[in-house]
Amino acid sequence: MIASYFQWLNDTHGLNFSVFYDAFDRSRFLTGLWTTTYICVVSIIASMVLGLIGVWLAGGNSRLGRLVVRGYVQFFRNTPPLVQLSFFYFAVAGLLPTVSDGASGQSPLVSGTGWAIIAFSLFAGAFNVEIFRAGIEAVPSTTVEAAESLGYTRLQLYLHVVLPLAFRICLPALNNNLINLVKTTTLAYAIGVPELLYAASQIWSEMFNVREMMNVLLVTYVALVAVLVWIMGRWEKAMRIPGYST
Amino acid sequence: MRNGTTDLPVLKPFRAPAPIAPSGFAAPTMLGGGTLAAFAMLFGASLALAQVTARPVGESAVTVLLRWAPLIFQGFLFNILISFLSMALGTVIGVLVGIAQVSLVSSVRKTAWGVTQFFRNAPWLVLLFYAMFLLPFEFRLFGLTIAFPAWVKAIIGLALPVAANVSEIVRGGIRSIPSGQWESAEALAFTRAQTMWMIILPQAFKRMIPPWMNLYAILTMATTLISVVGIQDGLTITRAALVAESRPELMIPMYLLLLLMFFAYCYPIARATLALERRFNVKA
Repeated sequence: MIASYFQWLNDTHGLNFSVFYDAFDRSRFLTGLWTTTYICVVSIIASMVLGLIGVWLAGGNSRLGRLVVRGYVQFFRNTPPLVQLSFFYFAVAGLLPTVSDGASGQSPLVSGTGWAIIAFSLFAGAFNVEIFRAGIEAVPSTTVEAAESLGYTRLQLYLHVVLPLAFRICLPALNNNLINLVKTTTLAYAIGVPELLYAASQIWSEMFNVREMMNVLLVTYVALVAVLVWIMGRWEKAMRIPGYST
Repeated sequence: MRNGTTDLPVLKPFRAPAPIAPSGFAAPTMLGGGTLAAFAMLFGASLALAQVTARPVGESAVTVLLRWAPLIFQGFLFNILISFLSMALGTVIGVLVGIAQVSLVSSVRKTAWGVTQFFRNAPWLVLLFYAMFLLPFEFRLFGLTIAFPAWVKAIIGLALPVAANVSEIVRGGIRSIPSGQWESAEALAFTRAQTMWMIILPQAFKRMIPPWMNLYAILTMATTLISVVGIQDGLTITRAALVAESRPELMIPMYLLLLLMFFAYCYPIARATLALERRFNVKA
């Protein structure tokens, strides 16, 4: 039904949305969409874990830990993500040993997708550290002192008091950063990871339908972001504490 | 008890908290120096490593790096140039769209809102592709042929998301002005245009500067994207240099060099943004 409509559109108006009627193009596009989603989900989780570890170290007693976190945050925030990605994929990957893939060849230890995930997680994680720190600073000090006087250890304090409150405060900023992360995943195109943009560029270089594919691509990314915004909105609503607002 | 020693905090003499540094620049600058020094050390270490691990001992890594550094720096300067031009174009468009976002005419307002959201939520690289592929390479206007080289298209492609972000900054700045300002201006019989240009925007301007600078830093980092669409910038030249030398152990120092250039440029901007934010006391 949809396929026949787009076939008709191509035949009569020359608008070639091949992804909607050509099974091969569709599977390529969907594979790209799946890779992008995969990179997004893993990077989002990894970057949030990195942010939590970073904020834990940054608030800790170890001077070295604080310095390392500060250096990490400043470096990754102030250098281009594309160069970071190239640095990891071309320079760091060259130092790692290759593993035999069973048959005859040698395959690298970490694939392009793997490096993309590592680079994007580190990039977004640096922003997350700052965001979580701002959220933790916004937790009233009286609350923290009250918990301390009740004998909470630092870990308990973080788990039961500070983080649940800080999380709610920093959700909007976190939202922004995660959306940014979804948009940043397009950079994986530069190292040949078969994600959405790469799949689309393959299709338009074969079918010569740059204009149509461009628009499909833009709409797909806007839809991806919209899904993320919707999920985060649901989450924000679910976590709302009645009577506690920032 | 006044001079006696005690552990009880209550009895300790009152000490006022240290006053905040008047400039707000001094401490962060030192910190930035520390970070920069740390990365310079990392850079040096990688250089030494490259020197040691070089299989057929050829030229020293430092000589090779020094030979290429001026060229890479030129490429980096081209990135900066692109960032200036895109920022200028994006700001002009963005201010207009941003003002349209607070227009009284609902259709204008909604269109401006839609355009802003669309370009804000689309990936920069996709927008860049959009501009590169869909803009013609030359325009014919009244018999005049205006050439559109790739770098001009790249500037337009980068200016699109910038314009959308500037539009949001302008809208946020205007919205942050208390409504009392609008009302008193109306009471003094200012027209809406006069209120906007003479009363609201001058006040909002100050609050827009920190996020605008932040956006500029982001744009500068995004200019490396143009290497993906085939324009010679710092990243392209770095890669070309690596191919020309074909010494894999030089990869880390070379890329670190480029990273350091961007860091040295963007970090002061980020610090200044923070300092200004603190001074104007607005949260981005």
